[in-house]
Amino acid sequence: MSHVAGSPRMSWRRWLVVAIPMLWLGVFFLLPFIEVARISLADPALARPPYTAIWADGRFTGDLENFLFLLSDSLYVNAYLSSIRFAFVSTVLALLIGYPMAYAIARAREPWRTVLLFLVILPFWTSFLLRVYALVGLMNPTGPINQLLLWLGLIGEPLVMRQTDFAVYVGIVYTYLPFMILPLYAVLSKLDDALLEASADLGAHPAVTFLTVTLPLSLPGVVAGAMLVFIPSIGEFVIPALLGGPDTLMIGQVLWNEFFSARDWTVASAVAVAMLLLIVLPILWLQKMMEPAR
Amino acid sequence: MTQILPNNTAGERKPWRGASEAPFVRIRDLSKRFAEIPAVDDVSLDIWKGEIFCLLGGSGCGKSTLLRMLAGFEAPTSGRIEIDGQDLSNVPPEVRPTNMMFQSYALFPHMTVEANVAYGLRREGMRRAEAMDRTADMLRLVQLSGLEKRRPHQLSGGQRQRVALARSLVKRPKLLLLDEPLGALDRKLREETQFELMNIQDRMGITFIVVTHDQEEAMTLATRIGVMDAGRIRQIDEPRVVYERPANRFVADFIGTVNIFEGTVDAAAPDAMRVRTPEGPVLVRPLKGLRHNQSVAVAVRPEKMSLTREPTGADNQLQATVVDYAYMGDVTIYKLALPGGRTLKVSKANHGLEARPISWDEPVHVGFSTAAGVVLTA
Repeated sequence: MSHVAGSPRMSWRRWLVVAIPMLWLGVFFLLPFIEVARISLADPALARPPYTAIWADGRFTGDLENFLFLLSDSLYVNAYLSSIRFAFVSTVLALLIGYPMAYAIARAREPWRTVLLFLVILPFWTSFLLRVYALVGLMNPTGPINQLLLWLGLIGEPLVMRQTDFAVYVGIVYTYLPFMILPLYAVLSKLDDALLEASADLGAHPAVTFLTVTLPLSLPGVVAGAMLVFIPSIGEFVIPALLGGPDTLMIGQVLWNEFFSARDWTVASAVAVAMLLLIVLPILWLQKMMEPAR
Repeated sequence: MTQILPNNTAGERKPWRGASEAPFVRIRDLSKRFAEIPAVDDVSLDIWKGEIFCLLGGSGCGKSTLLRMLAGFEAPTSGRIEIDGQDLSNVPPEVRPTNMMFQSYALFPHMTVEANVAYGLRREGMRRAEAMDRTADMLRLVQLSGLEKRRPHQLSGGQRQRVALARSLVKRPKLLLLDEPLGALDRKLREETQFELMNIQDRMGITFIVVTHDQEEAMTLATRIGVMDAGRIRQIDEPRVVYERPANRFVADFIGTVNIFEGTVDAAAPDAMRVRTPEGPVLVRPLKGLRHNQSVAVAVRPEKMSLTREPTGADNQLQATVVDYAYMGDVTIYKLALPGGRTLKVSKANHGLEARPISWDEPVHVGFSTAAGVVLTA
């Protein structure tokens, strides 16, 4: 079917269209990644930059020592597992909170629909860092939440909320909730009312209609939203640093410490490469899951 | 209309003509207002078991709202709906003894053909094996066997229409509501499907209420037609009565083509009544209950008028000039100008290849009998 490809000029243009994002990804993602991967294979050195070359005298001198080190020290494995736990639980919470919100917005009449959507996006107009600091203030022992609960007599002494895993969950769910709501809203707002009416007409109660029609048809939005929350949550640094306690362990913090406190660039790079693989694998798995739905 | 009109078998039984049988669907003083604007305005209607009742009207006439109230998707502002003696006013759609075939078909895109059809049975709590048997029977009836595992997007428009029909019939509802069931099909498929629909209806003995804007579809399918306009029903009758004896100017004008002569009642003789019109006196069959000088309209269908070069001696004679004509094969439709300036439409059957057909600018004679005109008072 050679005619499908079209004229040579057309295919040249098609290449140009693909080339622009390719170039972008090449410059801003692939090259830095190769650089980090290169450092991860090198050995630390008291030099500037603080690592050895992996190619000397026409010979490959790199090794996987840094990766083996990651496996040898339980800190790294625990940090990975803990990050996955934080990301997973946060994603589930964001889904449980975001789904009803997205559903309500999708079902709302205009002009409410636009107003509600705007409110979901509104927090992005303030710096992310400021908003996390605001959460710190809210959750302080002398903060407004504790004061209100004390005043109501619901608690006898201030709750410890800051510097706990709870605070980290609050921070991650709060920060990434819009990324869950927006793709869910996109699929739910396209849901044809006639399908819900058809389901009711055929004898399904509203709850059954939700489980058999609405939920399965919104699955692409659930998957997209889950990925958008899960992936950045794994590598999250600011939220655990500001809201987490001394026991809170996430891979983003470990990475920061290796780079800036221990100044061991080679291990830090190995952490970064391993983290990337850890994120790519769930994406590939989810994409595989999505295929039969198309 | 060249197509042969099928005979409605249900039409042999005409319970609406006598009062012995109780109506199956009873609609009383039903109104629906959206933000104070009436969509359905005080409709009362009786439909008997086994009927194919067509609600016919233009877009926005309220026919779909009426259907949606029967299905339970819209709550009436006032009035009552009874089906088989049961008041449905507060019954939600999932427990109504009705099923609906949607204009868009509304097939579940994530389910197979089989799962779509079995959906209603499974919701009743029917066991899987039994539901699958019933589904297979239904798919055989609509000639879709072999496509059980397909998804809606893998089907043609005609096949989707059949899945929608099968899904709405499989629960054997007392009443099937069809919203423009043939609207999305092309003409040829539509004609075939009309016959099939009537066949299935006859075999399963289900009462159909069909909403349509297509008068040909309504004429072919219906045992009776309810012509709707601005939320009200303007006439309810058998298709041929609606066509031959329209109740008012709206129905006469809406169904088919018609020439209307406005005038006043002049004098009545035992066998003919004269109506004074600007185009001259028109003789029609006498109608009881009319006053002298009462203003009326006389409606005459184009095919009931003759068109000749010489005068014919018909009861009513008019002279006119040909403005335009369109050769349609079976008939030729002429647009004529009367001396007063108004136009008439006359259709002339073609009996063969004429050497010199009547053509532009020719003076002609139009004739029609006293029986051809219908007197309209509303």
